[in-house]
Amino acid sequence: MAEAQSNPDALPAVVADGVVKQFGRLAALRGVSAQFAAGRLYVILGDNGAGKTTLLRTLAGLAQPTRGTISILGTTSVRSVCTQIGYMAHPSLLYDEMSGMENLRYFAGLYGIEDDRTANDRCREVIASVKLDPELERPVGQYSQGMRQRMSLARALLNDPKLLLLDEPFSNVDSRSAQEMAVLLAQMRDRGKTLFVVTHQPGLLEDVADEFVRMDAGKIVNRNAKLRVASQ
Amino acid sequence: MSFFGITRATLAKDVRLEWRSKDAINAMLFFSLLVVVIFSFSFDPTAEESRRIAGGLVWVAFLFAAIVALNQTWARELRNQVLDAYRVSPAPANALFLAKALGNFIFVTVLEALMTPLFIVFYKLRALGPTWELLPIAALGTWALVVNGTFFAAISLRTRSREIMLPLLLFPISIPALLGMVNATTAILTGEGSARFWIALLVAYDVVFTSACLLLFETVLEAE
Repeated sequence: MAEAQSNPDALPAVVADGVVKQFGRLAALRGVSAQFAAGRLYVILGDNGAGKTTLLRTLAGLAQPTRGTISILGTTSVRSVCTQIGYMAHPSLLYDEMSGMENLRYFAGLYGIEDDRTANDRCREVIASVKLDPELERPVGQYSQGMRQRMSLARALLNDPKLLLLDEPFSNVDSRSAQEMAVLLAQMRDRGKTLFVVTHQPGLLEDVADEFVRMDAGKIVNRNAKLRVASQ
Repeated sequence: MSFFGITRATLAKDVRLEWRSKDAINAMLFFSLLVVVIFSFSFDPTAEESRRIAGGLVWVAFLFAAIVALNQTWARELRNQVLDAYRVSPAPANALFLAKALGNFIFVTVLEALMTPLFIVFYKLRALGPTWELLPIAALGTWALVVNGTFFAAISLRTRSREIMLPLLLFPISIPALLGMVNATTAILTGEGSARFWIALLVAYDVVFTSACLLLFETVLEAE
């Protein structure tokens, strides 16, 4: 199973030390300090406004902590490890006017996957892994919400990241597709990747998650392997 | 992928998106067309008067029309927060800026190519100076407008009323370039004096502002 579980001395994937994130006078994160081992699947829970998305954006390097430090994959410079991070946001991060394949080909170029054949193969592989048809020529704007979510996940997987940050991957996805996505996430964890999944449907990951992390008012208030305990 | 590889890929993507939606080109064309028609009805200048005012009229029309394209450039990246996908990638910020500026240059150049014959017909224009010099003036002037416009459109991206903010930021800083474009064009149309000084001014303006925008763009992109 996970690398970190077999080797407890392995470097933690993420270390947050007193992380505060303020937007004007509003503190979205209020001193988050935690270590997260590599090769595990973490589910982040909490009500709206608890700071889940801000935590994910901070880990992705899209927001800088106002105070405190974050170390990712052994470095405090998120930029230097950005090729090893995959980020899926609540919006799709895709161009509505282009097909799924065209979108992924563009983003593959940004990650240095230049060669036409390699890029096409990689894009087809990740699109197929989320159970979509790589040959679909329809622009993403005409996809159903569920298909868009899956294509968005495919984009996050494009660079074969070690650390995956997923914000609401199951929202608007039908239950069968959501189950399939949960299985895919578990497989990625089993291949040694570290996953952070923000979701309001933690039940979908109850059997596969290693830890449930509950946030409230910008702080981590509970961490437990059991969903029922973490939710309390 | 290299800096220029990413610039090329982003430029190709932007041209493809514009080709499919035609949002910027259509809006710019209709706006410029209205300016040409309304002004031609409002004034009835002689050929001599036309030569004196056409430089100003043409460039002001292109400047206002370019604002439409410049606002569209980043609006596309805000839809579905696609800009965040670029920001989390290892691609350099200034490659994105250069691609956007080149894209806007192409769109505004297409507009100029389509509108110039109409200006010539409606204002009965015939240059008395060296006509070929209008080409470097058009290229340098257009680049001056789009390079700053692309930069300031990115700055005004996160403001609430960005459509208003962009002209407020762009117009004052474009005054030296506009002065160069108008005076150089007028010098060629009237055949009075040389446009060389104004062309040199446009070259200097373009070099300074292109360098500054390329250097500062990462800070603008990463601003929260």
